[in-house]
Amino acid sequence: MFNVIAKDELAPGVFRFVVEAPQIARKARPGQFVILRLNEHGERIPLTIANHDEERGTLTLFVQAVGKTSLDLSRLEKDQGILDIAGPLGLPTEIERFGTVALVGGGFGIAALWPIARALTAIGNKTIALMGARSKNLLLLQEEMHAAASEVRVATNDGSAGMRGLVTDLLDRVIRDEGPVHRVIAIGPVVMMKAVCALTRAHNIPTRVSLNPIMIDGTGMCGACRVMVDGKMRFTCVDGPEFDGHLVDFEGLENRLRGYLPEEQQARERLTGGQECRLDTTGAARSQP
Amino acid sequence: MTNPPKKGNRIPRQSAPELSPEARKKTFSEVSLGYTPAMAMLEASRCLQCKKPKCVLGCPVHVRIPEFIRQVAEGKFLEAARTIRETNALPAITGRVCPQEDQCEKHCVIGLKGEPLAIGKLERFVADYERESGAEEDIQPAPPTDKKIAIIGAGPAGLTAAGDLAALGHEVVIFEALHQAGGVLFYGIPEFRLPRNIIEMEIDRLKKRGVTIKLDYVIGKIKSLDELMIDDGFDAVFIATGAGLPYFLGIPGENLNGVYSANEFLTRVNLMHAWEFPEFDTPLHAHQAIAVIGGGNTALDAARTALRLPSARRVSIIYRRSSEEMPARHEEIRHAREEGVAFRFLERPVAIMGENGWVKAVRCQKMQLGEPDASGRRRPLPIAGSEFDFPADAVVIALGSGTNPLIAQDAKDLVIDPEGHIELSDADIQMTSKPGVFAGGDIVTGAATVISAMGAGKKAARGIHDYVMRSA
Repeated sequence: MFNVIAKDELAPGVFRFVVEAPQIARKARPGQFVILRLNEHGERIPLTIANHDEERGTLTLFVQAVGKTSLDLSRLEKDQGILDIAGPLGLPTEIERFGTVALVGGGFGIAALWPIARALTAIGNKTIALMGARSKNLLLLQEEMHAAASEVRVATNDGSAGMRGLVTDLLDRVIRDEGPVHRVIAIGPVVMMKAVCALTRAHNIPTRVSLNPIMIDGTGMCGACRVMVDGKMRFTCVDGPEFDGHLVDFEGLENRLRGYLPEEQQARERLTGGQECRLDTTGAARSQP
Repeated sequence: MTNPPKKGNRIPRQSAPELSPEARKKTFSEVSLGYTPAMAMLEASRCLQCKKPKCVLGCPVHVRIPEFIRQVAEGKFLEAARTIRETNALPAITGRVCPQEDQCEKHCVIGLKGEPLAIGKLERFVADYERESGAEEDIQPAPPTDKKIAIIGAGPAGLTAAGDLAALGHEVVIFEALHQAGGVLFYGIPEFRLPRNIIEMEIDRLKKRGVTIKLDYVIGKIKSLDELMIDDGFDAVFIATGAGLPYFLGIPGENLNGVYSANEFLTRVNLMHAWEFPEFDTPLHAHQAIAVIGGGNTALDAARTALRLPSARRVSIIYRRSSEEMPARHEEIRHAREEGVAFRFLERPVAIMGENGWVKAVRCQKMQLGEPDASGRRRPLPIAGSEFDFPADAVVIALGSGTNPLIAQDAKDLVIDPEGHIELSDADIQMTSKPGVFAGGDIVTGAATVISAMGAGKKAARGIHDYVMRSA
């Protein structure tokens, strides 16, 4: 059992949990994830490790309450427990001195970008965080990102914060107006990552994306998280979760993310007694990595 | 009870009662019900008690077969259980899942003229009798050696090695990546072949012997081999992580929704209880027409599991050779046929056809058998122009698996072959190129059987014992 030692709601339906998992905290690196199972009837879901504190022996996990499991998780309170947490899984983000790195985060993806921003800035990169969300109240971790990145730009669809528009518009502007960008890391909805890659391909900028397919074991055994990268089948849990965005088959990924939408709907309705959920339920909003 | 003195073939091989195909094909209850004591004694009385028993040589863990059979014939069932357990830590499991027809029973002398002795069924009977009698195990563990052994993976190889090493007085800790111990016994082999309570019982037995099992512990990620040995003070490590990444066919359409590896399909059902969705949270689609690709035991397990799903209307196995070459156990094939699995031989998939992102059909090509290949089986050759579409809304690919990279990624000093298997530097004791690190089971041999993994676990336990005691 892994204890919840803190919980807060950052945006409507988006929660931050701090859980006790000293062994995992000791080994976690930016870009990695855990698989958790809430209880004996639970499913195994992947969640990005957004922060780890080796001294306190804790992990910080973000969850967006969109499916049955994430709703169940969002209802856990301090001092309650999560039955199983396994990790740290996946390969860590490459943290090197690249020069100028644009970090493009969309919606819930910003949570996964935060630890990467901290690590890249710490070793001397110029990091430009480009944060996008539908609206101001859905923008996560603004203060934390300001502390973590060299610079921060914001875009919202409705113009309630930062520039009105898409985060890719921000990226376009940075690439055109602010000198060379040596690397781009994009984490967010598939449509966003796809658009980012289309843009950076035209400018020949190496681009990493972090994928969020359905997983079960998370250790390479089941192949549910397979994705085509450069025409080859790769397993996101052991070969990823980050890949060269210019080589990823995003259409295939999008299709597989839609694979369990009817069942998710059924489970959610059962949980909420048929009241429709106010939150976005597209694959784009699934829990990470 | 009577104990007929007649020997050999005059008594026919006793078949164990089974749930009827009608009664069982929509439930996950165990198919084979096992012998009654009278049936077991009658069957055991067929044994000729050979002076040089060939059956024992066919057993990867060398169970003293004639001895335990004699004890069964005499009605001394608990003694028989002790005899088996001297060399086989998991008899209730091997009695159910071993391919006996290719091992002990293949060498049985009375099988030359008639049906061989039902050694597997008798082993199962003895183990079940022992469990149901509630007899406490009379074990005198060796005095503590103060040696600590880490075992990575709680599957058949790891559990077997753990049992043997604990009995020798070592402190044993098993690290298991999943939330459940048992490995393939749990996520792979379905309940109707191996009831979960039997696996749980064997695991409890190990715990009573002092073995610690740490779940959710992904070695290679949470800890490296060096950390286990240097920081945590383990004197030896046994890597028993099993088979790894499932193979796919490499044909178009494999990423459509509705295509599963057998591992995923079986894990969803066996480990995650997807057939009880939404009581359990892991879903599985309500597929109606399921095509399983492959001819091994895993393919049969997947097909028979698919058949039991409430939504299933038609389940087919597509195999590129003929029934003669199928590697699956005969009993599984018979059970699958009785339950209504359709077998399509001499066909191979060349593409999976989709509609709106979902599987719609398997495009197959007809095959014919040519000359024998390296495996000794006749090579299947495609017949040009024979393609056709076989309708299906789910495809389960059961072609075996490669290796898991997690340990190797993290331990650069292990020698790994080009296919990712761990190479042994001393196969007699299962030791790798890294001193104090041993390996066995599918991670060394590639996908094989439960009993061969157990055989490797036993060999490794002996090797580890010698190694840690020598360096004492």
